[in-house]
Amino acid sequence: MAINLTINGAAHNVDIDPDTPLLWVLRDEIGLTGTKYGCGIARCGSCTVHVDGQPAKACQLKAASLVGKQVTTIEGLSKDGNHPVQQAWKEIGVPQCGYCQSGQIMSAAALLARTRNPSDGEIEQAMSENLCRCGTYLRIKAGIRRAAQIGV
Amino acid sequence: MNAVNLSRRFFVQASLAASGGLMLGFHMPTAEAAVTEAKPWNTPVTGIEVNAWLVLDPDGTVTIRIPHTEMGQGGMTSVALLIAEELDVEWSKVKAVFADPNRHLRNNKEYKVMSTHGSQLVALQHPHLMQAGASARERLKEAAAQAWGVTRDKVEAKQGVLKSGSKSAPYAEFAAAAAKVTLDKEPAIKEDASQWWLLGTGTQRLDIPNKVNGSAQYAIDTRLPGMVYAAVKASPVPWGKLKSFNADAIKDQPGFIAVVELRAVEGKRGQPDMQDAVAVVATSWYKAKNALNMLPVEWDFGDSVTASSKGMSENAKKVLGEKGLISKEDPKALEVIAASKKVVTADYERPFETHLRMEPINATAHVQDDRVDVWSPSQDQSAAVLIVAEQLGRDPKDVYAHPVFLGGGFGGNGGGGTAVTRQAAEISKRLKRPVKVLWTREEDVAQDKQRPMAAARMTASIGEKGLPEAIFTRALWYTQDKQNQIGPATADYGIRNMPYNIPLRHHERHNLDTHIPSSTHRGPGANQTGFITEVFADEMALAGGWNPLDWRIEMTKELPDWQLVLKTLKEKSNYRTDLPKGEGMGIAAVECHGTIAAACATVSVTRRGQLRVEKIVIVADCGHVINPHAAKEQMEGAACYELGHAWVGGLDIREGRIVNTNMDTYNILRMDQMPDIEAHFALSGGKKWGGMGEPAGPPVPPAVANAIFAATGKRIRTTPFRQYDLTWV
Repeated sequence: MAINLTINGAAHNVDIDPDTPLLWVLRDEIGLTGTKYGCGIARCGSCTVHVDGQPAKACQLKAASLVGKQVTTIEGLSKDGNHPVQQAWKEIGVPQCGYCQSGQIMSAAALLARTRNPSDGEIEQAMSENLCRCGTYLRIKAGIRRAAQIGV
Repeated sequence: MNAVNLSRRFFVQASLAASGGLMLGFHMPTAEAAVTEAKPWNTPVTGIEVNAWLVLDPDGTVTIRIPHTEMGQGGMTSVALLIAEELDVEWSKVKAVFADPNRHLRNNKEYKVMSTHGSQLVALQHPHLMQAGASARERLKEAAAQAWGVTRDKVEAKQGVLKSGSKSAPYAEFAAAAAKVTLDKEPAIKEDASQWWLLGTGTQRLDIPNKVNGSAQYAIDTRLPGMVYAAVKASPVPWGKLKSFNADAIKDQPGFIAVVELRAVEGKRGQPDMQDAVAVVATSWYKAKNALNMLPVEWDFGDSVTASSKGMSENAKKVLGEKGLISKEDPKALEVIAASKKVVTADYERPFETHLRMEPINATAHVQDDRVDVWSPSQDQSAAVLIVAEQLGRDPKDVYAHPVFLGGGFGGNGGGGTAVTRQAAEISKRLKRPVKVLWTREEDVAQDKQRPMAAARMTASIGEKGLPEAIFTRALWYTQDKQNQIGPATADYGIRNMPYNIPLRHHERHNLDTHIPSSTHRGPGANQTGFITEVFADEMALAGGWNPLDWRIEMTKELPDWQLVLKTLKEKSNYRTDLPKGEGMGIAAVECHGTIAAACATVSVTRRGQLRVEKIVIVADCGHVINPHAAKEQMEGAACYELGHAWVGGLDIREGRIVNTNMDTYNILRMDQMPDIEAHFALSGGKKWGGMGEPAGPPVPPAVANAIFAATGKRIRTTPFRQYDLTWV
């Protein structure tokens, strides 16, 4: 069935089963592969996107539930890769393998959008559902503090 | 994937093909696509090839072809740094692209080594990588010397410019001539750190910009015209035989294309690789996965169905009481221990662990009559070519592997031997279309080649000065029968060769078979034996009344590199043994891949037993550091990785299968559990070049276990720590 989705400000008409999770619509139908599959059960955070500005796990969002909502993926976070979180990530050199980082960045951007200067506790709370196997957590934390300085 | 960029890249690249470069079908991403497609490498490779690693463009761009894998360890940047150091070019002009594995094989291993494992890239490959830069530099100088009518020693090559007297020219001007120069003898390379201008300065990694905007291409991101998707299931009990399945039951499912039966194949290296499995192919992966879940499948699990972690653990305890293979014989050690008044003895155990790369295992293949293309998350892209060629019975010259970024490797993607690459090739061959095979996370964990379970019984007698005089160690390792080279030899090494000066030593080992496939895993051997030897070291030191850090310094008096590391740790860590109850510090030191790493962990444990790892100070001697920024990153990462296993990890095997196959039940460290990490180097220099991707991990679990003892008096001898009751009063 045809569904209209708004992703990164652009309208997409996709012909899919309405129960298909957003993750697979993004990756396999539309070709936005920056959002990653990690666990499929909302435990790793690699597929984090924004829905109307709120962080959400794309692996659990049914496509049909997103009609009329604004979906933002890593590709649409900024025009030129220079959202303060992305700037800070580059400055500090946060990613290692990089696979989880789209999700980390989307969670961090959402945190900073609602809390301009988060405490360490607030950072840990907001980021605890984003796992990183390479162990970049200290740099993610430093990146969020730096992004707060740059100003979202 | 951006077709416009790719085809533009293809046409430019094709002009290099005459000199043995790439020949690719239209709309196929080139070998370099993963890097060059996204910023800052979207400029096509243009210019003249000086050697296989280097292309010089008249606009000043220096393209360096990276034969190795970038899996988060910074390998891409390391290779570029090593070559740029010798070539002497402005770092800002360097562009990194992945080298072509097909070319490597076609030209008799032109890049020497493409495999990326064992923390070897810098440690072992730096001589030939630096040589590639140095030899190109001298050829450029020679070409300029001939044109200018001077001798080579009168030409200077610096920052991309050749100069002699009043004459000067950019490197690129002499690139074509340099490619034809023959030298009497290749130049020496700068092994001495004091000669470096670029190495050792701390460089931002080249792959970062692509990894903050979603553009970095991983194998899982491959998309090809006409591509179909496969979800795969092998026997939940490894090595189970596929008895039957009923494809008719799912043939009406949306998007269904086919069920493909896959049969076990013996890999070339004696490691059985692809197991019996069924694949469901559909028009999208989501549909394929759903249909696979509904497919009725019958397996013959065989005898392994009775195996469990609990049973293996009980068996380990029994076997540790039996005589094993003797790999270090000293009957006197046993006599001294038997007669001693003070004996320390304890059993240790570590469970199976899984790699859990964030990118679940996947591969894409397109098998055609005249060529085969493959996208595989392999730590050796040339091995991916060979494995696909072998699977299909094709000439490797017709197989093209397209290097991609890896969403983690950790030793699990080594040798190209991941079964998924064979599966993709096999399914594409049968369906005659490009296919992406992606394992669910559950399949990824269930079918991974795991870090093997290990155990040991350690016994030592303590002499008059409170120091051990004799030690008797007996280790065991559960490893799949045909993979003995991965297990017992390594298990043996770490324990048999403890650095401590214990005069009498007797060591035995047992090799126990299991059906659970095993493989290398970040810090293989050291990650298990390091825990065993270093917790026992703590027990020996305390039994003799020693401060555990001073004990280690005393026991390695004859070993200058150990002294350097341990004394630096003493200076940096502010190690104390007099903290109030509930707080503690612990020490451990382990050698791994030629690097000695020592850790001091500080923990706090509440009366209710809640553990917090506050801080870990790590000191490493890898001889030389070419990029302190990346090396420290690896120290933080390896520490986090191992702390995760030791604290919250551990695979649970029941009825022959792994039962904790996703991230709700197999845990890794979270941000709120991550300690502060302070990383220091204590470099002995000279001829020593040790690895850096793994060695900081192994000392972390024992350091934390020893700190928990200091805080609570509770001795940790197995992992994960979370299974212990750490309450205290």
